[in-house]
Amino acid sequence: MSTTMKIENLQAKIGDKQILKGLNLELEPGKVHAIMGPNGAGKSTLSKAIVGHYDIEILGGDITYKGKSILEMEAEERALEGVFLSFQHPVEIPGVNNAYFLRTALNAKLKHEGKDELNAAEFLREMKKHLEMLGMKSDMISRSLNEGFSGGEKKRNEILQMLILEPEVIILDEIDSGLDIDALRAVSEGINKMKDGKRTFLVITHYSRILDYIEPDYIHVLKDGKVIKTAGPELVPYLEEHGYDGIEED
Amino acid sequence: MATEELDKAVSGEYALGFEIDIETETVPPGLDESTIAFISKKKEEPEWMLELRLKALKKWETMTEPHWAHLTYEPIDYQSISYFSAPKEQLDSLDEVDPKILEAYEKLGISLDEQKQLAGVKVAVDAVVDSVSVKTTYSEELEKHGVIFCSISEAIRDYPELVKKYMFSVVPMADNYFAALNSAVFTDGTFVYIPKGVRCPMELSTYFRINAINTGQFERTLIIADEGSHVSYNEGCSAPTRDDHQLHAAVVELIILKDAEIKYSTIQNWYPGDETGKGGIYNFVTKRAICEGENAKVSWTQVETGSAITWKYPSCILKGDNSVGEFYSVAVTTLAQQADTGTKMIHIGKNTKSTIISKGISAMKGQNTYRGLVKIANSAVGARNYSECDSLLIGSECGAHTFPYLESKDTQGQVEHEATTSKISDEQLFYLRQRGITEEDAVSMIVHGFCKQVFSQLPMEYAVEAKALLELTLEGSVG
Repeated sequence: MSTTMKIENLQAKIGDKQILKGLNLELEPGKVHAIMGPNGAGKSTLSKAIVGHYDIEILGGDITYKGKSILEMEAEERALEGVFLSFQHPVEIPGVNNAYFLRTALNAKLKHEGKDELNAAEFLREMKKHLEMLGMKSDMISRSLNEGFSGGEKKRNEILQMLILEPEVIILDEIDSGLDIDALRAVSEGINKMKDGKRTFLVITHYSRILDYIEPDYIHVLKDGKVIKTAGPELVPYLEEHGYDGIEED
Repeated sequence: MATEELDKAVSGEYALGFEIDIETETVPPGLDESTIAFISKKKEEPEWMLELRLKALKKWETMTEPHWAHLTYEPIDYQSISYFSAPKEQLDSLDEVDPKILEAYEKLGISLDEQKQLAGVKVAVDAVVDSVSVKTTYSEELEKHGVIFCSISEAIRDYPELVKKYMFSVVPMADNYFAALNSAVFTDGTFVYIPKGVRCPMELSTYFRINAINTGQFERTLIIADEGSHVSYNEGCSAPTRDDHQLHAAVVELIILKDAEIKYSTIQNWYPGDETGKGGIYNFVTKRAICEGENAKVSWTQVETGSAITWKYPSCILKGDNSVGEFYSVAVTTLAQQADTGTKMIHIGKNTKSTIISKGISAMKGQNTYRGLVKIANSAVGARNYSECDSLLIGSECGAHTFPYLESKDTQGQVEHEATTSKISDEQLFYLRQRGITEEDAVSMIVHGFCKQVFSQLPMEYAVEAKALLELTLEGSVG
């Protein structure tokens, strides 16, 4: 089995509180991994640890990506290497034009890869294509980044960024929270479009609803800072019915 | 993010701190009637101007320096300043301007050679070094349109009627301590007259350079837009890096007649001093516009990044009915800089309208104060004002203060005021970094976003300059 990202015995704390207590997880290329678990199990902490969020202090263990440890890498380096997080609560940045932001991010990536950067016109063509697919209005080009966006618009905008940046490891943190059915469909369509047999998805969710749209290959149950069970999608209906308490550890 | 990293990111180098190596003629420090007589004689002024200057000096001597602003600085010894310094070999034609001055202006990005400017983006420049205007470009071409664009010294000699009528009409001689000082000792500055119905065919600008040691710069600018005319004027400035403070006390008067419009933009980049507060320009400036006639419009846009101390309140007297006053400001204080700036909107005419957009950015030990007055007189039926004052803090040692004052006698007047203070949040920085944008670019993106409303008011080429300057001031990555 080949591995895109390997998390070994990861221990991490936020403030004074240890959240991850020896977490092990292997992400396979081209697969969709769903992380499920009760509140406070450490789902969001895991995603923050992977992207190098400033809140997290790593106490032990390692995260390797493409065979190298990424723990010493700056957040922007991890991003440029293809690790993407769709934020649970995307922050508003007033006055920063959405298209300008996205083009800057894309060009940083293209430059990192030694490719030619896109000019404004080339970029707009690219962006418009995706807007249509996601059912987003064209004023999303000129609006300020996330400012005054509805919950659905914010999440669609996260997916738009994913489509444009074409990352290799895609972490979706509660992507379905606060979405109505139309938005959920559009977001799922965007995600499914990115499935190409190579990219890896880590879908963090409370509910199984999103998993009806993005079919997972693996379900990992996270509890008290550890992955306690890994199974196939057949686990979802079981969890629906019995909750997390009845799960037997592997 | 660690404070040291942020500080490093925001303590940009001052790029224009070089000195022009020229011989100068400088009067010894000190201020009395003989100094004034000397300046007036140097400028070959008529007797009436000398008399006005002496009158101003007498008034100034009875006044005391104001200390109501939120500023702390060492006392200024007015007798230790030299009030006149001029490059030697001051000559009229471009070929004869000291090549070192031309070179210095090239270095500042300003061409004084008309031939070198591309067609279509013509900008006429008045170049002022210390106490004198060394060159004014395109004067002849502008003259064909009836536009007068020259140094104030020339205007006093050549257009005495206009000067007598309008100088001191907006900022009275003894308006305040610094204005009175300026009225006595002002050396050079720009004079502009746009005749009736003329739309000035090019951007006008003045570039002020303080160069000599221990010298103050006291320029005076007077712009008159006659009925139905339009002009866009821009000023820029810079000074060498020096350990001592230097005083800059300017006065700007704008007169806008019926249906006329002046757009006045400033990019202020005087030497700010260092992070301990050593050196830097003390910038005490009085700027005021009067909308004399109906439908007159004035717009002040300022980007203030330099100076150790800034004390400046470009104001609008909206006398004509339906006249409009606007103030758009970005003030940046980093290192140990302090700025107390804002505006006064005085509504007198009916249905007068004013807009205030003020953006203060503070970093390191910078202290930024917005001080604004909106005054609505009895006569100003239907007056409206909208004010928005936003502050952005970078780091934890800096400060932002807002003092809005409102005096309204018209109960129907509409006044809206909004104020926000925000910090560049770790969440915002992290969001951008997670998308592969470096921390430095992320800070710059957030700051530019914050200033957007103001930058969009600047003429295109100046907006580009302002953005670049802001980057330089706050990022230390360039230069």
